[in-house]
Amino acid sequence: MRPRLWSLIVKELLANWRDRRNRIILLISPMIQVLIFSFAATQEVKNVPLAVLDEDRSVLSRELISRFEASPQFSQVMRLEGVADIAPAIDSREAPAVLHIAQDFSRRLTAGQPVQVQLLLDGRRSNAAQIIQGYTVEIVDRLNAEFARLGSLRGPPSFVVARTWFNPNSDTLWSTVPGLFAVLTTSVGMMVSALSVARERELGSFEQLLVSPLTSLEILAGKAASALVIAVAETTIVMLIAMYVLVVPMEGSMLLLYGSMIVYLLSIIGIGLFISSLSSTQQQAVIGNFMFLAPAILLSGYATPVSNMPDWLQTLTLANPVRHFVVIAKGAFLKDLPIDVIATHLWPLALIAVVTLSAATWLFREKTG
Amino acid sequence: MSEALVRLDGVSKRFDATAAIAEMTTTIMGGGITGLAGPDGAGKTTLLRLILGLLKPDSGTLSVCGRDPISEASEVRDLVAYMPQRFGLYEDLTVLENLSLYADLRAVIGEDRRSAFDRLLTFTSLAPFAGRIAGALSGGMKQKLGLACALIRTPRLLLLDEPTAGVDPVSRRELWRMVRTLTSEGIGVVWSTAYLEEAERCERVLLMNDGRLVYEGTPSEITSRMAGRSFHVRNAGERRRAVLAAAAKMPGVIDGVIQGANVRIVLAAGATPPSAEDFKGLSLEVVPTPPRFEDAFVNLLGSATPAVSRLPTAADPATRSAGPVIEARELTRRYGSFTAADRISFAIGRGEIFGLLGPNGAGKSTTFKMLCGLLRPTSGEARVAGLDVAVQTSAARNRLGYMAQKFSLYGDLSVAQNLEFFAGVYGLTGAGRRRAVERVTDAFGLKRYLDTNAGTLPAGYKQRLALSCAVMHEPPVLFLDEPTSGVDPLTRREFWAHINALVHSGVTVMVTTHFLDEAEYCDRIALIYRGRVIATGSPDDLKASVRTPALSDPTLEDAFIALVEADDQKAVA
Repeated sequence: MRPRLWSLIVKELLANWRDRRNRIILLISPMIQVLIFSFAATQEVKNVPLAVLDEDRSVLSRELISRFEASPQFSQVMRLEGVADIAPAIDSREAPAVLHIAQDFSRRLTAGQPVQVQLLLDGRRSNAAQIIQGYTVEIVDRLNAEFARLGSLRGPPSFVVARTWFNPNSDTLWSTVPGLFAVLTTSVGMMVSALSVARERELGSFEQLLVSPLTSLEILAGKAASALVIAVAETTIVMLIAMYVLVVPMEGSMLLLYGSMIVYLLSIIGIGLFISSLSSTQQQAVIGNFMFLAPAILLSGYATPVSNMPDWLQTLTLANPVRHFVVIAKGAFLKDLPIDVIATHLWPLALIAVVTLSAATWLFREKTG
Repeated sequence: MSEALVRLDGVSKRFDATAAIAEMTTTIMGGGITGLAGPDGAGKTTLLRLILGLLKPDSGTLSVCGRDPISEASEVRDLVAYMPQRFGLYEDLTVLENLSLYADLRAVIGEDRRSAFDRLLTFTSLAPFAGRIAGALSGGMKQKLGLACALIRTPRLLLLDEPTAGVDPVSRRELWRMVRTLTSEGIGVVWSTAYLEEAERCERVLLMNDGRLVYEGTPSEITSRMAGRSFHVRNAGERRRAVLAAAAKMPGVIDGVIQGANVRIVLAAGATPPSAEDFKGLSLEVVPTPPRFEDAFVNLLGSATPAVSRLPTAADPATRSAGPVIEARELTRRYGSFTAADRISFAIGRGEIFGLLGPNGAGKSTTFKMLCGLLRPTSGEARVAGLDVAVQTSAARNRLGYMAQKFSLYGDLSVAQNLEFFAGVYGLTGAGRRRAVERVTDAFGLKRYLDTNAGTLPAGYKQRLALSCAVMHEPPVLFLDEPTSGVDPLTRREFWAHINALVHSGVTVMVTTHFLDEAEYCDRIALIYRGRVIATGSPDDLKASVRTPALSDPTLEDAFIALVEADDQKAVA
């Protein structure tokens, strides 16, 4: 490698490491974030009350209710007296969900006819509602299966089998951590690169760098390379915490994960350097960073599924590098995502990287020419 | 010269381990300008902030107009006005909005406010610019607006923190005139400055160094102690740098600087002046010259001998080659309809020190930046060491060294790491890099600081390190952007000793400065005003060009102002 470029990379790494505050931010904050978010920002719903309106009052309906009572997800099961009680129970937030068993439940069941139980959910707590629904379906299905196996009933004509794939125990840490891993990779890559040029401007060393024989391409390459090294090192730490402290499995190929991570980081670093070229102080860079990160993470599928977004927005998220990497990260951790699936996300990342890095180079030249 | 406005008794203030103010006892009197002089980091700003009650002294007692600045803060703030170093203006507000804001803060309302605005806008001649955004004002005008904001309510004591730092001589002179008017109205003024010739004009001066008061009294008193100890070595001309280097090694000489074609030396008390014969083979003349305040300061700082550079120099001074090393050809830079630099041309030969002078915003920095490749010219050509800076950028940059006024190295990196980095950036590898690092480490005496973080070095060493990094790759051309603003006189002399040694071995130097003392070291100066070169010549030529019967011995500052004003008149005519 050219000695000029090498010197610059070494300098960048030293400058990041020897600044005590910077070192603490880079080292401690991802660890704290991964631990806090994994435990605090969990999507698990435990110990919620469930209200039940049993109009059938049969052995079978009591059997169904007892399953709910035995489930650790529901802390208590409240009995309602009539349909009129349903709305107040939900309105008053006494229970996020009401299970309504109709009068003909046992009759239809014994007659071998399909039967429905109604689950009313509090839509204001949409996330919890979705999860409660999942639990309910599971409990009902299990009962179905038992009834069928016991042969005491002729099996219902059909029932829905819903199983939580890739996370058979519904361990929500498993689904949170890989997404969080992607988000932390993003924020570290952005932070290191967005501060790099702005810091030199603020401290006054920028012109000294510009009058040196380093070309603007070399300056950017040096900054991108050092940001890449720092981000990869940090995400490795986060990954080890995920695997050995939080015991999230790593099913996929490490090589593929790192390979895609580097392509992804380059696309993120391009954005970081673009913001940095625009900013004359580190403060401006941090604000610019935030302006990108907040929407990019919201539209990434990390917290809310992309499939829940309006169609036009779904199309737009294709340009969002975070979205692609969230898919790759979740895939790499929880399932051995095949290479062709990764490739469908990798080539957009590569394209985005080319665009953002070129834009950063163009802007940097424009601003320093 | 009546009442005592500020009394300090054994006041100390420490930040972490360093004493910013150590055991200071003094009195600041009203009715005149008290100069608070000293280099950056001497404790000037800390002292002003203690007087204002913005900082609490660690020990000792301090009273301002008989009141305690901490417990009686609101009374003190009604009596004291303060103009901080960086204006304290809101750059996105207009001149009038800034004034209104400060009037609101000081509760000046109704008729009082109207009359205060009238008075201040007239006083600062800012009335025509009342609607202009403060950020769009020139440096000098911002300074005047800052002063106006501080004077919304007429104070008894006005504290000015380096009001002339980075301000050109024309604006500087105007500011002095304005502050003089204020003192005649009975306001006591404390004027902090790193320029010693400015301190010399004050009624009283507090001279600080390293948090200590090294002198208090009238400037003339301490200056007169140096009587009979300063001399001019005349007619040194082309050989002046060699003469200075020789004089620096003579016994009894404690200080030496270049002033145009002369070398000015200061002797230790009781030493005999060197005779012309001491400078063998040169027809020189050694004549006494009146002492100045700076001589006294250098003496107080305990300089035993003038700075001598340990940079290895060629045995013979480099001969000047015919071709120019730095050349500006019709250099032009436009921003929209505004022409910052207008067809600027000059050529600088090998081993020459060339100064760019000019008021703020006149195009000096624009020209400088185009020459070292930081700014692309709209038209015209900048050539360094025979290369077009805009075309063969990287190659040209390899042949130039650059040092900026602000400390522009990596503060969190150690001295050794900074040296390694710049060696690497300039393409030095292996044994070559090791040799280069060793060479500058020895020449600039950096050995014992190699593992120290650059940001925590003493000011003088920062300066040395910056120069080391700039010359490590032995560039034939050196660009210096206000290299010694705010450093103490000894550091400045040492710096110029190194520069002189470099020039002696053939390096070409281009320097911008507001420090006219520094400009005296130049072989030639180009005065830039309104984007054009309005005068070029040696410092002595420029002085001679404005000599009149009324002004028989003009200083470089006089020349600067006269030339700028003459150009103004030409523009009007």
